[in-house]
Amino acid sequence: MLPPMRADDPFLDRYAHGTRAMTASEIRALFAVASRPEVVSLAGGMPFTAALPFDVIGEVAAEVLDKEGPSALQYGGGQGDPRLRDVLVELMSMEGIHASGEDVVVTIGSQQALDLLARMFCDPGDVIVAEGPSYVGALSAFSQYQVEVRHAPLDDDGLDPDALAQELSRLDREGKRVKLLYTVPNFHNPAGVTMNAERRGRVLELARQHNVLVVEDNPYGRLGFESDPPPALRSQDADNVVYLGSLSKIFCPGLRIGWALVPPALRERMVIVKEAADLSSSNFAQAMAFRYFAEYPWRETLKELRVIYRERRDAMLEALDEEFPAGVRWTRPRGGFYVWADLGPQLDTRAMLAKAIAARVAYVPGGAFYADGQGASFLRLSYCFPSPERIREGVRRLAGVIAEEFDLVRALGGVPTPDEDVDKTPPAGWGGV
Amino acid sequence: MALETTVAVIAGGLSFEREISLRSGRRVADALRDRGYGVTELDADEQLVESLRTGGADAVFLALHGRFGEDGTVAALLELLGLPYTGSTFDASRLAFDKLAAKSVLGRAGLAVPTAIPVAEGALRELGMGTLLDRAMDELGLPLVVKPNRGGSALGIRLVERPDQLAAALMTAFGYDDTVLLERHVAGTELALAVVDGLARLPAVEIRPKEGWYDFAARYTHGAVDFRAPAEVAPSIAEHCFEAATSAHLVLGCRDLSRVDAILDADGTCWILEVNTGPGLTSTSLVPIAADAAGISFEDLAVHLTNRAIARRPR
Repeated sequence: MLPPMRADDPFLDRYAHGTRAMTASEIRALFAVASRPEVVSLAGGMPFTAALPFDVIGEVAAEVLDKEGPSALQYGGGQGDPRLRDVLVELMSMEGIHASGEDVVVTIGSQQALDLLARMFCDPGDVIVAEGPSYVGALSAFSQYQVEVRHAPLDDDGLDPDALAQELSRLDREGKRVKLLYTVPNFHNPAGVTMNAERRGRVLELARQHNVLVVEDNPYGRLGFESDPPPALRSQDADNVVYLGSLSKIFCPGLRIGWALVPPALRERMVIVKEAADLSSSNFAQAMAFRYFAEYPWRETLKELRVIYRERRDAMLEALDEEFPAGVRWTRPRGGFYVWADLGPQLDTRAMLAKAIAARVAYVPGGAFYADGQGASFLRLSYCFPSPERIREGVRRLAGVIAEEFDLVRALGGVPTPDEDVDKTPPAGWGGV
Repeated sequence: MALETTVAVIAGGLSFEREISLRSGRRVADALRDRGYGVTELDADEQLVESLRTGGADAVFLALHGRFGEDGTVAALLELLGLPYTGSTFDASRLAFDKLAAKSVLGRAGLAVPTAIPVAEGALRELGMGTLLDRAMDELGLPLVVKPNRGGSALGIRLVERPDQLAAALMTAFGYDDTVLLERHVAGTELALAVVDGLARLPAVEIRPKEGWYDFAARYTHGAVDFRAPAEVAPSIAEHCFEAATSAHLVLGCRDLSRVDAILDADGTCWILEVNTGPGLTSTSLVPIAADAAGISFEDLAVHLTNRAIARRPR
């Protein structure tokens, strides 16, 4: 016999505080439809894995089994495969970083590094300062540790140091313990912008002044379409920056390989925390990544990926220029996956999402990228996954929806207050993209 | 007999209640398998007709909610295929799904329905109806409820307590339908009344959200709502509410199963809010709670509904 059915969750009173905010939401119900093939999804930030060289990857996998099968299928060390760590150091040297493989900790995607860092540094009530907007997956990771995220706004040149200085001073006055400054300096998710070189220096200086450790998250840095971004923050401050890298955008997201380059003082603690979480990353995946980057022409593949993403970026920007109604502003990314658009104070992109999905196009409402309820008028558009034709079609559909919304706002004589009933929490459960 | 009977459970589809429907469908499928039925689970997608045509099911269990499901679309398709299915026909589903149309039928039959004023998006955008919204608020009083005319699970429904909240609430509701209704808010006890043909009266379920109101998140988050089944109302009042719900089910021409949402006010009037022909069957849904309170297991309920459909099989 099955146990009697209950309306209540019997475990409800026992869940940890950090997971209690995870409720059903209208937004997630809408995204259940957005994943259907009929809908052009400009929402998810999935890399276009169909363009990867499957033959090469098959060869690499066979080689791993052939040459090091028993050890590749064994548990690994908590810090990660030393051969891979050396390869990752070489990758970082192209961004001006001089480091040793000794200071690299391999993680399960850089997402795990975010979790480990919050776990290492944050007690409930501690503050992490992040760009506004900020990567939704980072906000989800931080929220589990009951961290308060404060935003410092960014503009076309990335995080604004003046606003950051103000926020840090305000937090000092409030007596808050600020533990980390989280930034995505290159081809930002969701904003698409890149922090200029001058600002990088000032941000590092401010972090030092306020005794805050910088977390530089750089998954998109190798995906510049016109030029490479300025040298990494880590290249200018080895002792106060944790640099997070990822192979998900330049190789296989499914292998789940990211890494943290940490100041030597942190290294041991991070490895212990990582081992407590999962013992080790997949040895097999690491061996594949090592061989791919050490022995195969990965630069060629990366070049091809850049061409594909650039073509899609162009398709999106052209379509936006042609289709979007006046009054909407958007960023013009020079790399990465995302365009960030502002529909103006009258529109609420969460309220609009149902209409967009009914018109068979999906985006991510801007509110997801803030921890404090801002962002209602913004939306994120991804161009990484759909074909240029689908991108154009999606933008066309969305433009129609936005134009209708503008009409409706006019007909209502304006919309005085934002809708207070919408839930403000980022949509937990689809954090990574 | 049960061993050779196969049932196609249809769930999912492109409605905004897709996720909820998949949960309902999975639960029904498990229950029927548990009772020895052969079960195939089908999504309401492009392959649906082909799968049904070649699947050889004896009956279809409809676990769809929202558009292209609860609105009768799939029922019509099953009629053409000659497959018996659970629940209401196309006509009744479509009527019940259109809240304004259902309201006038129920009102004419003498049932208490809260006054509502329809607002069509076109009337706002092209006919200048925006200037009349103040009048609508005067007529209905505040607070009032703004809801999409067609749609379920409280998606897009907002309570408007101040005049300056109306525009944003309308913008949200228009996301789900191009006709929205402004409805007089009735204060009272929120009840869900499950009407199941061929079963004795099921107890009314009383809904007490722990905070705020019975919105989407409260509906599908475990533990967010206190349910009382049976509702804590006098037996004679419960009887009266059930009669009203049964009348609503019959007047709209519904079949097999309806969930009637109602508010019982302080004067003892049972106000019918809506009649759902494809009610949720998830573990937090109201119909299973009502059945459970009557000592009817979910498996028994699923089998009962399935057998009603099978009995309609053309011979």
